Order: sequence, then structure tokens, then C-alpha cells
Amino acid sequence: MSARDEILARVRGATADVVTTPADRAPTAVVEETSPGRAATLDLFAENVADYRAQVVRVAASGVAGAVADALRQQGCATAVLPTGLDPAWRGAATEVVRVLDEADVRVDAELDAVDAVVTAAAVGIAVTGTVVLDHAADQGRRALTLVPDVHVCVVRAGQVVHDVPEAVGRLRPEPGLARPLTWVSGPSATSDIELERVEGVHGPRTLVVVLVDEEV
Amino acid sequence: MTTTTPGPVQQTSLVFVGMPKFPTAAREALANTQQRRNLRHATHTIRDKRARVVAEVPEWEALRVAGAEAKDEALAHLGDYLEQLEASLTANGATVHWARDAAEANAIVLGIVRDQQVDEVVKVKSMATQEIELNEALEAAGVNAWETDLAELIVQLGHDRPSHILVPAIHRNRSEVRDIFRREMAAVGRPAPEDLTDEPARLAEAARLHLREKFLRAKVAVSGANFAVAETGTLVVVESEGNGRMCLTLPETLVTVVGIEKVLPRWDDLAPMLQLLPRSSTGERMNPYTTMWSGAHDGDGPQDVHVVLLDNGRSHVLADRVGRQALRCIRCSACLNVCPVYERTGGHAYGSVYPGPIGAVLNPQLRGTTSEVDKSLPYASSLCGACFDACPVRIDIPELLVELRGRVVEQEGRTAESAAMAAAAWVLSDPKRLAAAQRAATTAGRVIGGRTVRAVPGLGAWTDARDVPTPPTETFRQWWARERGQGSR
Repeated sequence: MSARDEILARVRGATADVVTTPADRAPTAVVEETSPGRAATLDLFAENVADYRAQVVRVAASGVAGAVADALRQQGCATAVLPTGLDPAWRGAATEVVRVLDEADVRVDAELDAVDAVVTAAAVGIAVTGTVVLDHAADQGRRALTLVPDVHVCVVRAGQVVHDVPEAVGRLRPEPGLARPLTWVSGPSATSDIELERVEGVHGPRTLVVVLVDEEV
Repeated sequence: MTTTTPGPVQQTSLVFVGMPKFPTAAREALANTQQRRNLRHATHTIRDKRARVVAEVPEWEALRVAGAEAKDEALAHLGDYLEQLEASLTANGATVHWARDAAEANAIVLGIVRDQQVDEVVKVKSMATQEIELNEALEAAGVNAWETDLAELIVQLGHDRPSHILVPAIHRNRSEVRDIFRREMAAVGRPAPEDLTDEPARLAEAARLHLREKFLRAKVAVSGANFAVAETGTLVVVESEGNGRMCLTLPETLVTVVGIEKVLPRWDDLAPMLQLLPRSSTGERMNPYTTMWSGAHDGDGPQDVHVVLLDNGRSHVLADRVGRQALRCIRCSACLNVCPVYERTGGHAYGSVYPGPIGAVLNPQLRGTTSEVDKSLPYASSLCGACFDACPVRIDIPELLVELRGRVVEQEGRTAESAAMAAAAWVLSDPKRLAAAQRAATTAGRVIGGRTVRAVPGLGAWTDARDVPTPPTETFRQWWARERGQGSR
């Protein structure tokens, strides 16, 4: 008997006492953390992202390009890699401050090690946990882009911010056959492995700047 | 316990064969005062953090119930969900392998590594690969397995064993870590900086520099997974440092070893799990990085994606109607951090990669209760119940411990303890016999006086770890007769 068949036979033997089937299961229980209102959710998002010692900049839609340029300048970056589908206005702003490489120009991931920063959009923001979720669409680039450079400037639109984790999981449900890779980012990389003392910055970007676009204001 | 058809138990791996029983191993650990200080500091820090972030969630109990329900559903229909997972993964371009035991899983991974003609792999911290001792198997075949989690790196460079599920080097303090880095890094790659201090930030920086060349060079990565969603074929790794993202993104080939109990039925089941796990585990609202991938993604990350579904004793545990709840475990380690026994003994005494309260119930079920250590583990607890309160998926660890104690007693047959209990029943069932026994005890008390009794011949197992209470010089009945005798009643 193949390992597959043997394991499945063992598992079925072990659960021979179960009389129900998967079809009998009720819909998944959703335990929500209720939003106190849109404005409060956005404030909570900003507060919780900052609590991880990430930098949060809140701007109106017209101020995004300026905020991106400011962030790159303040971090002292000389080079930045940009995803192919990034908003042209943000790209223009970055080009004035740093030497810009396009995602397509950096074919080998190891070359990203020499790049200072990356600027991306995002897919979802989660207020309760201060999380930014990337689904690596064209305005975010492949996963290596937001991993190897040491500075990540991430633009999140207010309309992308949800209140809690179940709402985010609902929005991110993959289309059948069209699943995207997801990266959930909550602050910069961190470790508490030595005496439980939190240290920011191990392998991922050590600096995370979140530009929150208050479109609704 | 009631069982259906059990699969075979897990073979105790070479590292842990012949482990002494828990009290013997614990005695050694208790004598290490440095380790006890490290452990106390670490467990108290993390348990306080956990308590703070759990208190932020008013619906915590409802979440625990939802988490337990999702895992119970997966376990109840595990055969169906495993088949669905396999189909989803295959449709997403992954290759699915099945491994009955550790040897089979290691052989599969080694085969994939050999196909790529490489002599090294980078690894994401994974309990499953520790359980099967994959690193040892790869090294025996001439393949270096580089651990990339900071704590795992400390353990690997220190030629040591992990002692905690989440922070495996919890038993080491900062100056010990600095010494290990200075001494060992040069032999396996980029040396530690000359001026390395014992500041955690400097030590983390040294690990970043040491590992970066390995991440950028490696062709093959090996990981575990926290969750595997049957409905969508999505694998999830929850981490903090970014070493996981490096391994899951940069190499061309990715092999993920997943215990069959890691299956979640539906995509939506990820919600309660991601609400429960980070708060229970590191005491954070959310861990810094979570990666989800569904097979091979065109133009992004590894294109050669393998998944090894591992049994290794899990189907044996599943057959036990009471014991199967232990398979809900999401390896958060909250039970370790609140356990008064773990806090003092540390993880090594448990004789397994799964220490603490969950280890005390999981190991004797996975491996059976034949070895000295597995027989003793159900007793490595004061049954205080803190572990059950902390468990995010409501595993009733105290209940399982008592069940397992019953199993060990039945299996051992007539022992000194059962003989003593039978004798006690005979004495207690008759007032005259009880009075006679109590008089005999007070005689002993008058002889011993105020001294402490460290050992009693014939009660070796009991007095090994405990002092015997000094017998009183007078029984309660004698006191009553003297103070409130016939006249005063």
C-alpha cells in the first residue's frame, strides 16, 4: 500500500466513531471586534502601526507623492526599487530624490541587497492589529522586493483599512485558481529571542514607513 | 481511554532514546541556577505580555471556542480534508508527498535536495522537522541544514537542544549567546564582528550579517507550516524576524513538512486562528510577518514547491476519543509560559522537542507509555489547571494528564503505590484498625520529634522528591478525648 493510502486508511480507521460529514458543518463562526466608527478605525490603525515603532504619516490624496519623497530623503536612501504598476505620481516623486530601479530591471533577487529602499502600495490594512497586508499585485511587486531592501515605504489608502482580522480574511479570500501570495506585515522585523527583549530589525526591512491616505477626509 | 483503530506510535528518535524519567532529568535542571534565573525572567515576561493583549479582546472566550471548533472539525473528518488539501495543492502547482514516519519524511526531503544537486538548505524554524530530526538526517548525508531563526541559530551553533517551542534558546542569557557567536560563527560562514557585545541588538545584527549570504545563495529551503487550508491549498507561516520570508521567497525550491493535524477546513477558519495565535504565543496583537502561499506563484518566489504530509504517530493519537483533542495544538507555547513546573525545570527534562504541559500529554500519546520518560511525563504536573486556561484552542491538559496517569497505572499493574492504597483502604474501612494505626503513627512522631524526615525505607519513589511530613505526637481523636473528653461534651 502506498504511504498516501496507508495514512488515509489509518486516519479513517481512527475516526470511525464520527458519524457526521464535512457537509454537516455550520458556517464558520466569526468573532468580530466591533468598529466604533470609520474615523476611530483609521485612528486606531495609525496608532497600532506606530505602536510597533513603524513610522506613520497621514496625508490627503494630494500629499502622497510628497510624503514618499520625504520618507526616502529622511532615511538617507540613494536607490529605490519600484514595482512596475506603482502610481506614476509616486514614481515621479521618488525619481526626484533617489536613483530609481524598476522591478523588471532587477532580475536576480540577490541584486536587491544593494538597493536601499522599496516603495509600494498595499492590499489591506487592519486597525485592531496595526497590520498591512500585501497581495503582491502590480503596484506592490514580487515578494522579494519588499523583503531584501532595508527601508519599505508603504502607501495604504483609507478605503483599504478594515477594522478587524475576520474582515481582512474575508477581503483576501482567493478567487478559485487565482490565489495570490500574501505577506502580512505588522511593524518592522523583530525578535525577542534573547532574554525576551524586543529588538527591531533582524532580516526583513528594518525601517517601515506607512503613508496613510485619508481619502475620506 | 476509548479507541477506534489506532495507527502505530511514533518511534522515539535517537536523540531521546534512553532519556531518564522526568524527576531525574528535572533534578539536574533544577541544580542549574543560571538556567533557573533565565527561565523565570523569560516565562514571567512573556506571560505578562500575553495577559495584557488577551485582556484587550472582550470576546476571547468566543474566539477560543471558535478555534477549538475549527480544529475539531478538521480532525473529525481528517481523511476528507487531507484529500481536499492534496487536490487543492496539486491544482496550485505543488507536488504532494506522504510520509508514514520520520524516516520516510527525511528520505523524501533528502531526495528532493539531491535532485537539486546542492549540499546545503536554509531552514525556517519548524517543530515538525525537529520532531523528525531532519537536520541530523541531512547532515548524515552530507547536506548542511542552516537554521535561520535567531534562537534556533543559537541552539545550533551552541551544539545544544531547544528547550522551548517559541524561544528555543530561552535557557541562554545574552552573554552566553555572545560567547557562542564569537566561538562558532567563523567555522560555518561569516564570523561574528570582532567587537561584538552582549547587547541583544548587536547580537541580532550579527545574525543578520551571518545569515544574509546564506539566504541569497541557497537554492533549497525547508519549512514547516502553522496552517494548511484544505479549501484553497494555502500554506501559512507565522514568524517575527523575516528569516521565514527569506526562506519562503528567495530559493528556487521549497519543501514544506506539515503534520497532518495542521489542516484547516476553510479559508475563513484562518480568522480565529490569526486572532488567537499571536496573542497567545508572543503576546503581540499580531506577529511581525505572516506569509501565505498557495503552491507555485508565477514569477514570484519558489517555482518548485513540495509539501510533505507527515503522520508519525498522529493517527495513533487521533484514534483516542479523549486524547485526540491534543492534536488541536497550534504550538503557541502559552501553556509552557504559565506552568509552575516548566518555569523551574525548563524544557530539556521532558525528553522531546515538545516540552511543558502540552509535551506531557502529547509525547506519551505519540510515542506510547513504554519508556521511562514517557511513563513519567503525565506526572510532571501539579494539575493546577493554568495550562487549560491559557490554551487558545481549549485543550483540557489536566484532564488528559489524569487519563494518562490512569493508563500508566493500569499498564504497570500491582506497584508499591497500589499495594499501599489497598492497605490504606483496609485500615480506613474499620474504626478500630484506624485507631490502632494512628497510635502507631504518633509513637513514631514522639520518637522523631521536630526533625525533618528526608527519606523512608520502602517509600523511595515518594521521598525521592519530597520530605515526609513529621508524624504528630498525638492523633486528633486523642486530642479530642483529652480536651473535650466525656466531661466537657
